[in-house]
Amino acid sequence: MSDSNYDEILQLLSERLASISTSGLAITPEMNLINQLAIDSIKLLNLIMEIEDTFDISVPVNALTDVQTVADLAKLIHRIKSSQ
Amino acid sequence: MNLLDKLEAAAAARKAVLPSALSAFGIPIDEVYSATEARIGDRKIILLGTNNYLGLTFAPECLQAAHEAIDKEGTGTTGSRMANGSYLGHRALEQEFADFYQCRASIVFTTGYQANLGTIGGLVNPGDVVLIDSDSHASIYDGCKLSGADIIRFRHNDVVDLEKRLRRLGDRSSSTLIIIEGIYSMLGDQAPLADIIKIKNDYNALLLLDEAHSLGVLGKTGQGLVEKTGLIKEVDFITGTFSKSLCSIGGYCVSNHPHLDFLRYISHPYIFTASPSPATIASTRAALKLLRNGEDLRQQLWGNAHRLYTTLRNIGYTLGPEPGPIIAIILDDPQQALKLWQGLLENNIYVNLILPPAAPDNNSLVRCSLNAAHTEEQIIYIEKIFTKLYT
Repeated sequence: MSDSNYDEILQLLSERLASISTSGLAITPEMNLINQLAIDSIKLLNLIMEIEDTFDISVPVNALTDVQTVADLAKLIHRIKSSQ
Repeated sequence: MNLLDKLEAAAAARKAVLPSALSAFGIPIDEVYSATEARIGDRKIILLGTNNYLGLTFAPECLQAAHEAIDKEGTGTTGSRMANGSYLGHRALEQEFADFYQCRASIVFTTGYQANLGTIGGLVNPGDVVLIDSDSHASIYDGCKLSGADIIRFRHNDVVDLEKRLRRLGDRSSSTLIIIEGIYSMLGDQAPLADIIKIKNDYNALLLLDEAHSLGVLGKTGQGLVEKTGLIKEVDFITGTFSKSLCSIGGYCVSNHPHLDFLRYISHPYIFTASPSPATIASTRAALKLLRNGEDLRQQLWGNAHRLYTTLRNIGYTLGPEPGPIIAIILDDPQQALKLWQGLLENNIYVNLILPPAAPDNNSLVRCSLNAAHTEEQIIYIEKIFTKLYT
């Protein structure tokens, strides 16, 4: 998968996060999902199900352990999608 | 952020949902009078938020069995099932559970939470997959985490969504454990078991059904959803708890797979904890007999459940999808839910308050749990108060 795909993933994620975040902040890649964007665990897990359907991939919940920022999440999805 | 800062952050996050709701959680019950009545402060209240579905907490048979066990075997076993904590009663209860479900064997755990931790953690390992309903209980989530398997969620009770996720797994579907519940604790709805079994067979996966809330409640003899649907032979593993219809504490897993016994050697939640006390085992055995023969109790329970569900729906409350002993009133925001919860308590009715993110779909819930011991007089009073508080 090319970098442009990563950018597309990041763009899509940013749009989705903007719609579910209650922070009112503009989304940037380095933003922390919990502390800055107020994405609680259930919102994140539901977002993951949407992402799985959008990209037709499986994203194990335990893979989220190392995800803290918007960019971390985009990289994880990019990595899983690329490995297919 | 240091360790203590993290705790403060977690506490602040909880408080941020609704600061005035903090007192609603862990409310002290000062005295318990019966299966349906207790005292909170100076109020005598109706208990409409327990898991005491058959109303057996004060059943004379259970009380007597517990008393006799304490006198005969002492207050605790002081050891693990693997060491000195495997008494005659523990082994007898396992045989009685196996007989009850007409399954090959069963294992008794010290809590229902540990039954899921120990069963799931023993069955699946890193490299395997667990496919769990998104409304699963925390013990299922924690068991999955303990296992190290890949955890994938499917949308609640959505068999199309489950099938889609199994398909994506490809060859890994044959090393997948699907986990569902007989009755879900938040909304009180039942799993579409027949459809799920068809899919799990199509993909050669295994199925674990947690009957925690359905034991004693569904089926002629109270086995749960497996009995109601007649599909017990299609379910690979059944877990459950003693802390609801059986009115004690503990958990179990039953199965026809001979591999079940192997969990005794690898399951840390089974091995590294003290076994249930003799009184717990004795009262559970007595309660299981009452449960098996408790058709009249189930009839009373379901009569109460249908009646209150219909009344609340007719008043105008938004409820969970189907009638049952758990009736969830769904409210738009935490403030509304807290107001209803407080109104009920001020009128001497205790129910459960559930706020985001604990409730599904970011809803807030006021959850009622009925039992077979609620009298018609109590139900009439409950209906009157709900009518008064409806806005």
